[in-house]
Amino acid sequence: MARPSGTPEDTPDQAPHGPPGSGLRAVPVRHPGRWVVTAVIAVLAAMFVHSITISGLVRNGKLQPRFQWRVIGQYMLSRPVLDGLVITIELTVIAMVIGIVLGVVLATMRLSPNPLVSGASWLYIWFFRGTPVLVQLLFWYDVAYLYPTVTLGIPFGPAFLHLNANTAVTPFLAAIFGLGLNEAAYMAEIVRAGILSVDEGQTDAAKALGMTRLGTMRRIVLPQAMRVIIPPMGNETISMLKTSSLASVITVLELLQAVRNIYSRTYQTVPLLMVASFWYLALTTVLTVGQYYLERHFAQGALRQLPPTPRQRMRQWAQRAHAARGEPPEGSVRRPTASP
Amino acid sequence: MTEPTPMVEARNVRKEYGRVEALRGIDLTVAPGEVCCLIGPSGSGKSTLLRCINHLEKIDAGRLSVDGALVGYREQGDKLHELRDREICSKRAEIGMVFQRFNLFPHMTALANVTLAPVVVKGEAKAAVEARGRALLDRVGLADKVDAYPNQLSGGQQQRVAIARALAMQPKLMLFDEPTSALDPELVGDVLDVMRALANDGMTMVVVTHEMGFARQVGDTLAFMDAGVIVERGAPGDVLSHPQEERTKAFLAKVL
Repeated sequence: MARPSGTPEDTPDQAPHGPPGSGLRAVPVRHPGRWVVTAVIAVLAAMFVHSITISGLVRNGKLQPRFQWRVIGQYMLSRPVLDGLVITIELTVIAMVIGIVLGVVLATMRLSPNPLVSGASWLYIWFFRGTPVLVQLLFWYDVAYLYPTVTLGIPFGPAFLHLNANTAVTPFLAAIFGLGLNEAAYMAEIVRAGILSVDEGQTDAAKALGMTRLGTMRRIVLPQAMRVIIPPMGNETISMLKTSSLASVITVLELLQAVRNIYSRTYQTVPLLMVASFWYLALTTVLTVGQYYLERHFAQGALRQLPPTPRQRMRQWAQRAHAARGEPPEGSVRRPTASP
Repeated sequence: MTEPTPMVEARNVRKEYGRVEALRGIDLTVAPGEVCCLIGPSGSGKSTLLRCINHLEKIDAGRLSVDGALVGYREQGDKLHELRDREICSKRAEIGMVFQRFNLFPHMTALANVTLAPVVVKGEAKAAVEARGRALLDRVGLADKVDAYPNQLSGGQQQRVAIARALAMQPKLMLFDEPTSALDPELVGDVLDVMRALANDGMTMVVVTHEMGFARQVGDTLAFMDAGVIVERGAPGDVLSHPQEERTKAFLAKVL
């Protein structure tokens, strides 16, 4: 196949023997392995699609679709499942808020020059990271065994308020304590890493301008640390969403417990576990998208050009398509990547 | 006629990092309006001295005062009490500092870098500070870079923003820590021009520098430091052309 011959500058990769401009074609390396892999994947995908759609299975003497999509559809939006979903979201959000706030406090304590303060933080992290979160959940559930009454008042002095721990610490509250306090230990390390990643010169500059230690932390160090903190924090949030299912063990009616209640009656175990899985996947997807935009926000000033949002990417693509067809792009006034 | 209060007065200032003595008895007086240049080999304590002047580093012995007030300490009886964070901060707000590596806040625009401290530290009205910030950026030749982030600026532009940021606090004293050492050679001139203009306006400046030309032209006095002491001090022309001490001669022979 002849290729339009270019100027010698256009085709620097030419074979050394051909005279310049003779139009020798550069042949890229072939990758036969890729074709094999593609074929294998295609077959596997076809098998999978077949199994989840057309293929059937004889259960109790009747031919049924292998995946009982009808059952799944029936329960996806049912009342108990949605109620469980709300509890799961509540657990995740509250536990993460506790985790982040306490985590920032613990991280600042850990970086304190006072050995007692940093030691206390170290001890906290050591304990809560060193024991399984399931054990911690069970522990908070049974906390009344150790502390039957919760007393508010002056230590070793008069008390203002007595609470019966058995009734005050509901399973939901126990789950919040268990998940949140455990999370704080992990967040503390993440935040500490973020703070340490900020150049010391930044603190110098802020101090030299007369900013207080607290103001420097809040306005200079933490905003820059966020760039390092957010990816693992997104990870933790997604992880928390799923870890909150452990609260089912202490009778909290969250998503997993809700579907377990249903299948213990109907014995449709697998379809209902799939209902729960679909919801977890949906929420994880939402969190992933949120994380993308959050990262983009805190990349301000760290990247010369922010990566385009999916919408901006669509618009660019549309403009390029228009241009290729020779039509004037409709949004031609806009710059290719709109600044935020 | 009495002598005016010196802007910077150091008496037998000592500072050590662990076992390393960074400053071994510094005596230095800088009069108001004076431009004092510090030169010397690396590790001689120039930067340390500068950082002690605004209490980024604590001194271990001696007296160091700025505009008649001790830096970082309060004298009571025969003891020096270290000041609280907030008191130190209000002192530091009177001293501007420019760093070798600019240290602009990368998550803020040039204008936000300049206006942050006057608003947060001094509690000035945002609108007024912003107008002043724009004027300052204009003065350092960056009127069109107001909304740029630091990483969109060249090194020389960043350093000029850093100077504007320090000036926004309306300091009585400016400290420059090798302000042109991290710049590409062709960008050094712009920064030095800004500093020269500042000196002409009567700002008191202490400048750690390797720019001998600048020291000779703009400096009122020049001090040569080596191994934590000031070896020689005088008018820049004299010290650079007719050094008296052997160590000064050896150093100048290498750099000139």
